[in-house]
Amino acid sequence: MAEKFKRPDGRKPEETRKIEAKVGIIPRADGSASFSFGKSKAIAAVYGPRQLIPRHLENPEKGVLRCNYTMLSFSVSERMRPGPSRRSQEISHEIAKALEPAVLLDQFPNTVIDVFIQIIEADASTRCAAVNAASMALANAGIPMKELIGSVSGGKLGKTIIVDLTKDEEDYKIKEEKAATDVATAFLGRSGKLSLLHMDGDLNTKELKEALELSKKTCLNIVEIQKKALKKVKEK
Amino acid sequence: MKLSKINKEKIRELLENKERLDGRGLLDFRELSIETGISSKAEGSARVKLGDTEVIVGVKIDILEPYPDSPDSGVMMVTAELSPLASDEFESGPPGINAIGLARSVDRAIRESNFIDTKKLCIKKEEKVWGVFIDIYPTNDAGNLVDASALAAVAALLECKIPKLDGEKVNHEEHSNKKLPLNTIPLTVTAYKVNDTFILDPTSEEESSSKTKITASVTFNKDEPTIHGMIKIGEEPIEIEQLLDMVNKISKQAKKLKDKISKSKK
Repeated sequence: MAEKFKRPDGRKPEETRKIEAKVGIIPRADGSASFSFGKSKAIAAVYGPRQLIPRHLENPEKGVLRCNYTMLSFSVSERMRPGPSRRSQEISHEIAKALEPAVLLDQFPNTVIDVFIQIIEADASTRCAAVNAASMALANAGIPMKELIGSVSGGKLGKTIIVDLTKDEEDYKIKEEKAATDVATAFLGRSGKLSLLHMDGDLNTKELKEALELSKKTCLNIVEIQKKALKKVKEK
Repeated sequence: MKLSKINKEKIRELLENKERLDGRGLLDFRELSIETGISSKAEGSARVKLGDTEVIVGVKIDILEPYPDSPDSGVMMVTAELSPLASDEFESGPPGINAIGLARSVDRAIRESNFIDTKKLCIKKEEKVWGVFIDIYPTNDAGNLVDASALAAVAALLECKIPKLDGEKVNHEEHSNKKLPLNTIPLTVTAYKVNDTFILDPTSEEESSSKTKITASVTFNKDEPTIHGMIKIGEEPIEIEQLLDMVNKISKQAKKLKDKISKSKK
């Protein structure tokens, strides 16, 4: 069964698209990075810790990690209306919560660390590319972190558990019926805990377990790729 | 709800001994009541009470142009408004992340389980389809708005009647006898993590002691559960094993809700 199954782009079920990770791409920012899964390309810039405006949001116990995820208007086939949408606000919030456990925010009370993420080109799994870019950008900004955060989408195509879905795969149909499930995940590099989970589609519990385990393994590999990219900049 | 530290600690202390302030078991739901047809202008409506939590959902149906990427499918949209009427924690103004999250969770439950058969809502390909607008208004927030809202949305959709067509125009004054084309009912349950204990259907005091929750929707083929759409909300990371445990508890509660609903229909 698994041998017969072919992904549209010929990848193996456990294979991601070509990953590119670069650190220090926006000199003006305190930290920055880009990350892509094939044609899903994200850039991220970190500013801060700095004064939080509006000031009533300040937290005297710990700093605030604020994320802003934006898909550029030309990143998808039909032009996307600029400005925040409900989807982008939900994703921004999810990304912040995915990153937060790794960052030592209690060292920066009353301040904000801003993470701005733009999707230059979208071919599914954009929030995962965004988390990876943000993880590296935070490290590049010198923000104290317990660990890096790796992110990938997992899921199911027909009956096969796979990682890193493309748009084609997300839209995969068998007899006109949607037959793909995607589960965006992020795992913390050291503790291996799950910090982001967002599933569209359906899975039974056995498939869920299998998908999460494959995604975890992939995320930990992605963390190694992030480390390499971070080291490369240091050597310069 | 802004809780004093003492209250928070008390709640956590009790939960460690598997006790709750109101005496319920960790996985017990509060009393559930569902009332439909609460607003006759709506194509479908329902009020759900879960303990003191109360949510009103109304559905309106109208004709729209389909989206270009799905020219032969009807359209569904869910919104939620957290009006200051329902809690001193809510503020007027554009929807914040909590309102967006609530609407998106209910949207995911209905969309990912294919509850509404949108293919059957096409009137004329590429030109006209039925649009189903599901609007959620909590009227009293006493915790676990998301499960109450999802139940209310499902109940409102179940009794929904498509409006009459006068030639090209929709006649909102009269409903046809045609019900919405629906598939298996999705049951949405949220598991809340407080320290290392998982609870269901928290009161608002318990909810504010929880830092992470998992919302998932479940359908059953005989007794086999399938999960449709799931999200983790909150700042605490969790182990895969913990997640699977939460999903297991969610499925069990979903089964109970399903049995309850099918019993009340008979």
